[in-house]
Amino acid sequence: MNIEERNAKYNAYVEAKMPKTKPWPSLFRSFWVGGVICCLGELIKDLCLYFFPYMTTADAYTWALISLIVLASFFTGIGVFDKIGAYAGAGTIVPITGFSNSIASPALEFKREGLVFGLMSKMFVIAGPVIVTGVVASIIVGIIYLFI
Amino acid sequence: MLNRIGNQTLVFKNKPRVIGSYSVVGPKEGQGNFGKFFHKVLKDDLFGEKSYEAAESKMLLCAINGAIENANINKDNVDALFAGDLMNQIISSSFAARTLEVPYFGLFGACSTMAESLIMGACHVDGGFARYAACATGSHFSSAEKQFRYPLELGTQRPPTSQWTVTGMGCTILGLAEKGISIDYATIGKVVDWDVTDANNMGAAMAPAAMSTLKAHLEDTGKSPDDYDLILTGDLGKLGSEILIDLMEYHGYKLGTNYNDCGQMIYDNTQKTFMGGSGCGCGASILNSYVYTRLLKHELKNVLFIATGALMSTVSSQQGNSIPSIAHAVSISIGGKDV
Repeated sequence: MNIEERNAKYNAYVEAKMPKTKPWPSLFRSFWVGGVICCLGELIKDLCLYFFPYMTTADAYTWALISLIVLASFFTGIGVFDKIGAYAGAGTIVPITGFSNSIASPALEFKREGLVFGLMSKMFVIAGPVIVTGVVASIIVGIIYLFI
Repeated sequence: MLNRIGNQTLVFKNKPRVIGSYSVVGPKEGQGNFGKFFHKVLKDDLFGEKSYEAAESKMLLCAINGAIENANINKDNVDALFAGDLMNQIISSSFAARTLEVPYFGLFGACSTMAESLIMGACHVDGGFARYAACATGSHFSSAEKQFRYPLELGTQRPPTSQWTVTGMGCTILGLAEKGISIDYATIGKVVDWDVTDANNMGAAMAPAAMSTLKAHLEDTGKSPDDYDLILTGDLGKLGSEILIDLMEYHGYKLGTNYNDCGQMIYDNTQKTFMGGSGCGCGASILNSYVYTRLLKHELKNVLFIATGALMSTVSSQQGNSIPSIAHAVSISIGGKDV
């Protein structure tokens, strides 16, 4: 048996033996936690519209997003968010709460390396790729939109 | 005349002995299965420092000082310190050595460092190059996460094959003495890479290295796995140790109930560490507490300690390289008549 054959055989054996994430329980947990976060966002929007009758719906949604971002950062700071995230997975990552956590957590982690080279430069180490993908995608969509 | 047998095994004829040891662990490890064996369990894993890196270095220093005190010798008689850790440029060890002011060799063998330092220390003591040698290593969960994975507060899920880096340190003082635990043989491992690329599955990457060293040890010494009361791997974890059992069986060796893995044993099942513990501190803390304690009580007569290490970096992983691994084996006994 040559080396490549042995390695391929070994990796296939490992793949078969290693424990896998169970999809249904994970889906259920992310569904209900994600659902609760979305309902909370809707609730904040409705409360804004109720207490400030002159506010537009678009502004109310913006306030809901800001509130969720602040809440997620707060829960990251007091060390609770990672535990919710470990339980819910995509349920907390997909809503804007995940984005907030991905910026707040490296900021906390790297603050000991100083304000500029620690906190500021490492802040976007996880969220950076998301921002880049978003910007590039919107440029491509914009160019397509220009021609149709 | 060479002090070696077979292809990879060293024989220590002058019998370097363990004359002192010490282990320091974090709170989570203290709550695990070996809480009562560790010499010191910290209440706070920052250990009064401002950063986890500083805490790691202070813990290592505490372990070395503890072992020197435990050996009841003067620090000036320690002629060589062999230490290593997981931080970039092994800062924890070097910073601890800065305070200690003893002749120092910095080692990097990833999680195999406990065995590597023991081998180096035993060689120095056996060859008459050191009166006493200190062999130390350790790891810290929080500093390792920061360097190798994600920020602590990031809300992600860990994959089911992942292991939990042990916050723990261990130090052994070796010297020549009349009686006690002796280092009899050591088998130096070769770097083995079976093309596992998943950095979240270290057990699978390191198991072939453990198999290679264990097989070489048994062939060189002519022993069988049953000749040892305990064969203990460092941090293969649950999956890795099951793979090692399968690999050894494939090569015609049966590992029985005398085989176990520090990573698999260290945490309680309720501690949610998936495959168990990993890191330099995993094997180091258990060897320097539980294993020596049981040897001294003669509950175990001889132990083969095989520390395994994954020799990759975050850069090599991101560039798609597979994970080269190494394992070193140290044969330890009490009474030690068979050399």
